[in-house]
Order: sequence, then C-alpha cells, then structure tokens
Amino acid sequence: MWSQLAASLTDGLLLGFVYGVAAMGLTLIWGVMSVINLAHGPVIALGMFGTYLLFTHLGVNPYLAMVPVAGAGLLVGLVIYVIAVHRVINAPHLSSLLATFAVNMIIIGIGTAVFSTSPQNIDYSLGSVEVGILTFPASRLVGAFAAILVTACLYLFLYFTRPGKAIRAVANNRMAAELMGIPSSWVLALSFGLGTMMAAVAGGLIATFFPFTILSGGPYELKSFVICVLGGLGNPLGALVGGLLLGGLEGLVPTFMPVSWVPVVEFGLFVLVLLVRPSGLFGAK
Amino acid sequence: MKRFGAGLAIVLSLSLILASLSLPANAADKTVTIGYTASKTGKLNVEATRQINGLHLWMEQVNKAGGVKLADGTVVKFADKFYDDESKKERVQELYTKLISADKADFLISPYSSGLADASAVIAQQYNKIMITTGAASDSTYKKGFTLIYQTYTPASRYLTGAVDLLGKLAPQAKNLAIIHEKDKFSTDVVTALKKYAENKGYQVPLFEGYDTATTDFAPFINKIPQPVGAIMGGGHFADTTTFAKQLYEKKVNASMTALLVAPPEPKFAELGEACISVIGSSQWEPQATYSADSAKKAGMEYFGISVADFIKSYQAKFNEIPSYHSAGGYVSGLILQKAIQEAGSTDTAKVKAVLDKMNLMTFYGVIKFDDSPKAHGLQVGHDMVYIQWQKGKDGKPVKQVVWPEAASTASAMVRPAR
Repeated sequence: MWSQLAASLTDGLLLGFVYGVAAMGLTLIWGVMSVINLAHGPVIALGMFGTYLLFTHLGVNPYLAMVPVAGAGLLVGLVIYVIAVHRVINAPHLSSLLATFAVNMIIIGIGTAVFSTSPQNIDYSLGSVEVGILTFPASRLVGAFAAILVTACLYLFLYFTRPGKAIRAVANNRMAAELMGIPSSWVLALSFGLGTMMAAVAGGLIATFFPFTILSGGPYELKSFVICVLGGLGNPLGALVGGLLLGGLEGLVPTFMPVSWVPVVEFGLFVLVLLVRPSGLFGAK
Repeated sequence: MKRFGAGLAIVLSLSLILASLSLPANAADKTVTIGYTASKTGKLNVEATRQINGLHLWMEQVNKAGGVKLADGTVVKFADKFYDDESKKERVQELYTKLISADKADFLISPYSSGLADASAVIAQQYNKIMITTGAASDSTYKKGFTLIYQTYTPASRYLTGAVDLLGKLAPQAKNLAIIHEKDKFSTDVVTALKKYAENKGYQVPLFEGYDTATTDFAPFINKIPQPVGAIMGGGHFADTTTFAKQLYEKKVNASMTALLVAPPEPKFAELGEACISVIGSSQWEPQATYSADSAKKAGMEYFGISVADFIKSYQAKFNEIPSYHSAGGYVSGLILQKAIQEAGSTDTAKVKAVLDKMNLMTFYGVIKFDDSPKAHGLQVGHDMVYIQWQKGKDGKPVKQVVWPEAASTASAMVRPAR
C-alpha cells in the first residue's frame, strides 16, 4: 500500500511539472489580455509533432528539439494573435472565445489531413531511474527538470527584462502602460506568443513520455483549465504549483479507487474551487 | 419497294436488338462488389492496414486466376469499394449504409475490431447482406440473433485462456494474476472469460481493472500491480498494448509471465527492442502454421485455397513484410466468400448463406466452421489460437516463437527475466 502510494505520487508529481508548463501558457494569456485560448490544446499537439518531426526526420535529440519548437511556438502564437485575436481583443469574451475555438478547429483539421489521427511515438528512451523502492522512467525526471528550467526562464524574463516588465505593466493596467509609451499591441502579441510557446514546449516534453495524435492536446488543455483555477488565473507561478497539485492528485486517487475516477475527482475539485475561491488557491482575494 | 426496304431494315434492327437482349451477358462483366470500411487513420490503423492488405492480395489472386465460375457458366470477378472509418464507431454505420445503398455492394467484409464490426453487423443484417467479419473476436455480436454475419476469428471467450494453461506449466508456483485491459467490447469480452477461467483453475485475480481506449499513461495501473504476481495479462489493441508493454518494462515490474492482446503477434511489436522480450501474445495465425492439404486429409475435411508457404511468399512479394494474423484474417475472409459463392453456384444471398451455414473446411489459416444454431449463429467454432512469445535470437534481436500449444510450438516458453 505505502510503496504503491509512493510510486504513484512520484509519477504524478513528475508529470505535474509538465502540466504546470502547459497551464502557465494558458494563464499568461488570460492574465495579460483576458482571453481564454481554446487553441491551447492543438498548439500542445503541434509541439508534440514538432519534436517528433525534428527527431525522426532530422535526428535532433528530442530535448534539444525543444529550442526550435519553442521558437516555432512563439511564431505560431504571434500569427494566431494577429489573424484571430487582435481584432476581438476589446470585444466581449465570447468573441475571443469563438475566435480561438475556430483556430482550434482549423489546426485540428489541417493536422488530421497532414498527420492523420494514427498514434505517433518518439522512440527515444533514457532508461529507468531506481531510487529505493521507486522505479520511474528517466524521461519523466528530465521532463520535470526541463519544466523547472522553463519556469525559471519565464520568471527571469517577466521580472528582469524590459519586454517582460512591459508585459506585467500591460497586464496590470493596459491604459496606464500605453500612457507610459508601452506599445500595448506588440506586448499583447508577444504575450500570446509566449503563452503558445509554453504550450508547444509542454507538448514536446509530453511527447517524450507518451504516444500522441493531433487530438492529444485536448486532455492537457482541460487539465490546464483545472490547474489555472487551482493556481489562480493569471498567475504563472501559481500554475506550476497547481500542476504539481493536480499531478499529485492523479497519483493519489488511483491508490484508493479505480483510475477511471480520477477525472471525476479532478473536475469535482475544479467546481469546488470555483465555488469557494473563484480567484484560485493562489490568486488574489 | 422503298417502303419494303425500310420495313425490312426496321424488322432486322429490332430482331438484332431482341437477339442481343436474349444472349447471356458477357461472362467477364459479372463483377461482385465487396464493400467494407478500413481504419486507414486512427488508433486501429496498424491492424486494419494489414487486414486490408490480406484482402487485396486475395482479390488480386482470385481475379488473376480467372475469377469464380458459377454453375451457369458465368464467371464472377471481384471488385472492392471502401471508405476510411477513422477507427470511429460512429462513422461505421453511416458508411456501411452508403456502401449498400449508393455503392450497391453485393457482400460485406467487417471493419477491423469488435466494436466497429458489431456496429456494421446491424446494418448488414438490416439490408439482408452477408458479412464476413474479420479482426473481430467478440462473442456477443453472434448472440444477437443475426443470421447473415459469419466470424473468421476464434472468439474472444477462447482468446487468452490458453495463456492460463501455459502459466500452469511455465510457473507452477504462481498463484495470482493481474488483469489490466482496455475497456472496449473485445478486450472486455476476452478478460471476462479469462478471469472466470483463471479462477476456475484456482488462481486469484487481485487486480482486474480497465483503462479508457485513449489511455497513454499506464503508470497508475502498473503501480497497482501487487507483488509478487504470477502473471500480468490483458491489454487491448496495438497502440495501447504496445505502450503498456513499454511502460511495464520501464517500471521494471516483475512477473513470471506477461500475456497481452493483439499487439505481440504483430511484427512491428519487435520495435520495442528489449521491452518485447518474453512477452506472450495470442495469435489467430502465425507463419509457422502447419495447416495443409495433408493435415486436412488426416482430419477428414476438405482443404481449400492457397498453401501457407504460397500465402507468405506472395504477401511478402507484394507488401515487403511478413504477414501477421491480421493479414491472414483479411485474406481468409475473401477466401470464405469465394468458396461459398463457388459452392452455391450463385451470388444470391440465400444460396450463399446456405453454404456458409454448412461450411467445414481447412484453409492455410486453419479450420473454418460456423455455429448454425439460432443461439450463436455465425460464431466461429472450428478455428483455434496459437500463442507466441518474443525471445532473443542468436544475433540478440527479438525473434517470434510459437510456444503454445506444445504440439505446434517452435520453442519452449521462457519465464519473464527479472528486471
């Protein structure tokens, strides 16, 4: 029982770091421009395919492939922002919701036509790590380290660079930031790009754990919503903590009940947090 | 005179038209359309592709050999019409209705997998079309009162039970087994029968849990496997079972035996490398099969169609890979139809059905005999499974060996090495 609990919790927490990165992208976009990005899942899937294509066709190490995948994720985000989001940024939330949903359908449609829905797999193994009674794939450990690294980079960018400070200023008060000479349109586009970049990197990391299809981003998008609510919408560091909480929960629940109950508990918690503390466990009161 | 000439011309023309109508149709023009859906995309893509390859090979060979000659001298040739069902049940019924109504399919072959085949069987029965199911082992389809659906595969209820017998011989000290399975129709049918069989044999089943079809993370299930455990059994289809086997290896779970569904007999399973070693799988057919005209004679039954060696040779020549049981299943589904049409001397549904009901013959794939009772009409009762295991060859690479039943084995089964 205890060994199962320890193994299950370890697996869940290691996965939780990567969930956190995926959720960080979603929460960043919400925090800066109050847009719920429904194209988040397909961008996660594009990150998976980007890593896969670089590995299988160019022989790039999947972890090194994260760098070009991140760059491509940023670019994709900028394009989505310019084409679909910019014009509806000041419209009611439903407009941006529908605009990003349309982008979601377009990416899935093109992805299905190009890649089909057959599962793909990155055949790259780092072996297993044994620590006492625990045995887990080394890829999950590397994934967790990569997630911490990405979070640290995002933190440093937001707090110690001029564009990062501009993003925080626009998130805080867009009008005041514009009065201070910050070009808010550029900052919003950059924020959207950073959000999709995080999604693409998370997708790339997940692709080193599990097989995937163009539809695989969907479940991670849903998890990202739960994490954002747990960690507080608009709070990137809260997203990482939320990811760990969700991962831990996914490890904990199967120890005591069938695995099929995990989503019931997860989304039950989602509703509960929305009711009791709508700003999230780590959000402002 | 002019009028007479014109009248004669009209009479002659009419006579010619009438004569041409009364002549028998050109033999080469009699084409039977076989309709089916194929999972060209989606999670069933690997198995379905092999199945369709097998069917295409049969069609090419039978047409090249001149088709099937009926009693009235008509020569029947075969053509196919198919659509991609995307491995989705909801697409199947719509597409089979289209195949029958719009494409005028004369006979049907099922899509791959029990779930999809079950959905298509309803349509076939509704439109009075004979359907040969292949890649579909679930028993329950044949217990719904259908009268035109015929199963090629050994039913799910007998799919993994042999692995329990093998466990008794391989690891007599084993007392329990963990069953982790896909929660679809086929896998659930298999493991329900497996659990009952194992418990009747005195084994305990401390873990019996299903996973959703789209599952990619098996760690929560693997962490639940109690230690010590005699065997780990279950799985589902190729994509999920391959991932499950890989993660079992990564988590270094110890058990005397791992026996999984569908994926292990596929040659592509060897791409797992070290993770596939010692994994056992039940197979409907293997290239080492010994079915032949001689063995049919000994069993007192007719042998029909291509030999095992010729099937392997022609399949390899066309597709540049060793055929799996999915390929053999696709080929034999066509072969069954061919034999039934040939025997019936007609393409009429009632006449072909009468032959299928009484069919009892051996092919390169094994014995084909259908239950003709109203209780389980069309259920396969003649065919038997073999069990394969991936072992290390002399060059260290994975080699597939038949390990059960002993009479058909090419090597002794090995205990799963301690990780």
